[in-house]
Amino acid sequence: MGKIIAGIGTSHVPSIGVVYDQGRTQEPAWKPLFDAYEPVKDWLKEIKPDVAIVVYNDHGGDFFFDKYPTFAVGAADVYPVGDEGWGRRPLPDFTGDADFSWHLCNELVYNEFDITVCQEMAVEHGFMVPMHLCWDHGSDWPVKVVPVAVNVIQHPLPTALRCWKLGQAIRKAVESYPKDTKVVILGTGGMSHQLNGARFGYLNSDFDRDFLDKIQNDPMALTELTHQQIMEDAGAEAVELIMWLTMRGALDGAPLRQVHRNYYAPMTTGMGLIALEEAV
Amino acid sequence: MAKQVDSERPIEDTKIFDAEQTRLGYRLNKFAMSLVKLANREAFLADEDAALTASGLNDEEKQLIRDRDWRAIMDEHGGNIYMIMKIGAVIGEGLYQIGAHQRGQTYEEFLATRNAAGAK
Ligand SMILES: [Fe+2]
Repeated sequence: MGKIIAGIGTSHVPSIGVVYDQGRTQEPAWKPLFDAYEPVKDWLKEIKPDVAIVVYNDHGGDFFFDKYPTFAVGAADVYPVGDEGWGRRPLPDFTGDADFSWHLCNELVYNEFDITVCQEMAVEHGFMVPMHLCWDHGSDWPVKVVPVAVNVIQHPLPTALRCWKLGQAIRKAVESYPKDTKVVILGTGGMSHQLNGARFGYLNSDFDRDFLDKIQNDPMALTELTHQQIMEDAGAEAVELIMWLTMRGALDGAPLRQVHRNYYAPMTTGMGLIALEEAV
Repeated sequence: MAKQVDSERPIEDTKIFDAEQTRLGYRLNKFAMSLVKLANREAFLADEDAALTASGLNDEEKQLIRDRDWRAIMDEHGGNIYMIMKIGAVIGEGLYQIGAHQRGQTYEEFLATRNAAGAK
């Protein structure tokens, strides 16, 4: 049977990808960020998930506002590395598990999540940065993936509570998968940041640290946040954080152990990390 | 039900990318999105005027791009930062240059406001 074994919340800032590709991860200002993922990488090597469900948003990698899905789920055996305008990054394409994805899509729709099913889907920094922060790769990745894209950039956005419920529905779907499959779910984006207007660069580290506390211990409080509150307190682009609630919703009901947590805010985005595992 | 976006509580110096903004900025954002294709980036770099002429943008929008007027594109013309960044990427202006311009600062002035500007 399928089983959710762990969840990770992580930021997905594009500059992390540039620095990674240029081999600059040990520069003094970057080291605190990249080193924080080492314990997570080691832990993932131990628990060896078969599939990573990655909840992220597309920033104009493959989707545009001509038709921008509220929730979209990949259902392919391969997800190519997209070109967001900087050229194709030197990363291997991602291997999917179309059987698992289609099971997920069926169950989600029959549980009233009317997602867009994507048989072709190029992935971009929102998806890729968390992947290479958490997993080493050679010519392939050590885990199969399911990209789950959420609209957090063009209002109206799904509510925080809706994102949480999507996570609960994902858990149910995973648990009804007949093949033994260990699943880790990633909620990505945020934390505090604003990229538009004269408020560009707004950060709120207190908000971010409180969010990190609550995502583990009091997620229901976070489901009550409106987009307005998040944008006021943490910046207009911080609404991405609602995607962490999908990750956390997928862990709902299980006793959790914190594997690792980190916070670093060097430039314009609070870069958060939390890794949670289901205590057996 | 709590309002998700409350127009009676505008956030200072902030544009919320909603129906009004996405409709206003549609052409500019669509042009920016076209630059995810290498051929379009090459055409833009080879002859910016020709690329803009062929773009379907109106004269005001074309001028905003010629002027690299990121602040006006974002504040007054419905630019979406994730799309507009793609224009910056082609001409060598990154997110932080665009951000500094929106703040009315030089790039160096902006960097001086950061906790660890080495992480740029
Ligand atoms: Fe993002």
